[in-house]
Amino acid sequence: MTDNRFFNRSEFIGILVLAVFLVVVLPLTLDVFRLNLVAKYLTYAFVALGLVVCWGYGGILSLGQGVFFGLGGYCMAMFLKLEASSVENTKIQSTPGIPDFMDWNQITALPLFWKPFSSLSFTIAAIILVPGIFALIIGTAMFKRRVGGTYFAIITQAVAAILTILIVGQQGYTGGINGMTDLRTLKGWDIRPDHAKIVLYFFEVGCLFACIMIAQFVRHSKLGRILVAMREKEDRVRFSGYSVANFKIFAFCVAAVFAAIGGAMFALNVGFMSPSFVGIVPSIEMVIYTAVGGRLSILGAVYGTLLVNFAKTSLSETFPELWLFGLGGLFIAVVLAFPNGLAGIWGDYVQPRIDRLIYSGKPKPAGWTDSSVADGAPAE
Amino acid sequence: MFGDYSLGDLGSIFVMQGFAGLILFSVYVLMALGLAIIFGQMGVINMAHGEFMILGAYVTWMTSSFFQSYLPSLFSGYFFLAMILAFVASGALGMLVEWVLIRHLYRRPLDTLLATWGLSLILQQAYRSVFGAREVGVELPQWMLGSLHVSDSIEVPINGVFVMCLTVLITVGVAYVMYKSRWGRQVRAVVQNRIMAGAVGINTEKVDRYTYGLGCGIAGVAGSAFTMIGSTGPTSGQLYIVDTFLVVVFGGAASLLGTIASAFSISQTQSTLEFFMSGSMAKVLTLLAVVGILMLRPQGLFALKVRK
Repeated sequence: MTDNRFFNRSEFIGILVLAVFLVVVLPLTLDVFRLNLVAKYLTYAFVALGLVVCWGYGGILSLGQGVFFGLGGYCMAMFLKLEASSVENTKIQSTPGIPDFMDWNQITALPLFWKPFSSLSFTIAAIILVPGIFALIIGTAMFKRRVGGTYFAIITQAVAAILTILIVGQQGYTGGINGMTDLRTLKGWDIRPDHAKIVLYFFEVGCLFACIMIAQFVRHSKLGRILVAMREKEDRVRFSGYSVANFKIFAFCVAAVFAAIGGAMFALNVGFMSPSFVGIVPSIEMVIYTAVGGRLSILGAVYGTLLVNFAKTSLSETFPELWLFGLGGLFIAVVLAFPNGLAGIWGDYVQPRIDRLIYSGKPKPAGWTDSSVADGAPAE
Repeated sequence: MFGDYSLGDLGSIFVMQGFAGLILFSVYVLMALGLAIIFGQMGVINMAHGEFMILGAYVTWMTSSFFQSYLPSLFSGYFFLAMILAFVASGALGMLVEWVLIRHLYRRPLDTLLATWGLSLILQQAYRSVFGAREVGVELPQWMLGSLHVSDSIEVPINGVFVMCLTVLITVGVAYVMYKSRWGRQVRAVVQNRIMAGAVGINTEKVDRYTYGLGCGIAGVAGSAFTMIGSTGPTSGQLYIVDTFLVVVFGGAASLLGTIASAFSISQTQSTLEFFMSGSMAKVLTLLAVVGILMLRPQGLFALKVRK
């Protein structure tokens, strides 16, 4: 592929199919409760999408995406919580006008870092900038010193552990293990009733497609090709005069911002935020969504997330013991047998048959996955 | 902060707190030793390491229950048998896992991480199905209860001393095996250059399998020692895994001495800080310091100088 267009023909069809599926099929066939569940799953799809850019293209496995998901989610939740704890709503507290968990922890004034979050525009900026800058700091510290691969994975994991312990420990400022619950309105607009859930769902799908477009753009730009080259042979890219570290930092920051948007959507759609989405276990689970969908496939990330979460919900409802076996087996199967996930299966088995049906006799067009990079993660 | 204590009291507090740190140090060293072999020598990220440790703990628990009901006269010595059984059980499981799973993934270190994470989920659920979700505790033999009376204000629990002695013994044993024995030389040769090692006639596949088994076996012994000071549940292993990885990375992955030094500094920092602030903040500060130092010095405390 030498063209610099957004997407080729089969990618365009793929995006169209996904759009029809999310915008038309799901809202028409599911009730509001189930649609809200889909909205919750799709918040993870943002994280998975970020991981495609950072892990699939850049070869940087981050096990701390929960950190950025949490940062985005907490920024949004802080804004919503402040609005929910207006003086009228919190009359019965000993200090009215501050969030309920602060009152329970004998804090009598709003802490300084909470104050700006009463402004929506500041909050939106913070959702993008706080995780972005945090990722920039971590990325600069690590990649400029050529720390990568496994070490980076372990350190991001440690960061996830630190943030979880911190949030749980500082109960008065963060709501502790329960997180921030009882979020009610966004600028006076109630986010809890059914029609609000539907509006939020469509808003979220819109954001998701914006992120998909950004990822597509990165993938097809020169930048994306350098990322892939770097993953395959880092030294050669460095010797060609590119600053490898800067490209890695960029990919990591993009992934962080995507995850943060997902977190903010989570707070809006689900109505709470808690440290159980920040730690190591959820962070690694988010990696499996990408792995199942196919770490190289932008659309696969969305399907993978939906599929794993549907399986999780239905399996853990009916056979709670089986779910962990299933999830564990999924990790192993994806790594051993299907390194390119669903997208790989599609590209290797389904797509060629469809092509044969449509283009019988004509030469085969380019597939929608990079089958040339089947061997997964880079050599150290 | 120190106003209420006399100088003698303060000294005792530091000694006791330091001793608590030493017990934590022993657990870290035992867990990190196995991981240092698997991660440091083989480059495999074994996220299931904690579960191998817990297997050792459950084996110890079963042995103690067995002795309690069938051989009460020998109960005081059950621990030594339990340790051997724990080593064998975890080691055997480790070798099986290497054969089924890990050997296909040596060229993809990040994928071993995902695969072993999946393995750890499966093992956790298996423990939960077999042993129940509740934590189990081992009954200690009589001679391990109580404490040594050092001075009026300093008392040292015997089980802690025992765990420490055990740690020293195992560390010396591992150092001997890795650096003095013929087999250890083979392991290091395979690590440094797999192809050349194969060319001079070392069966690299076999070495890999036994190395992985040894690492897992040591984790089993660690779990066995762990029962002396805490109770065991299906997810206990996961609590320690990140700390242990940090210990290994902080020490410099390929160096046993570095692992011990970093386990010592991390555990002492944490237990000393715990006296001054809440446990969670102590942990946060310790981990932050470790991550900060790793960002400044990514190769860890003791780095082998190897041309890559």
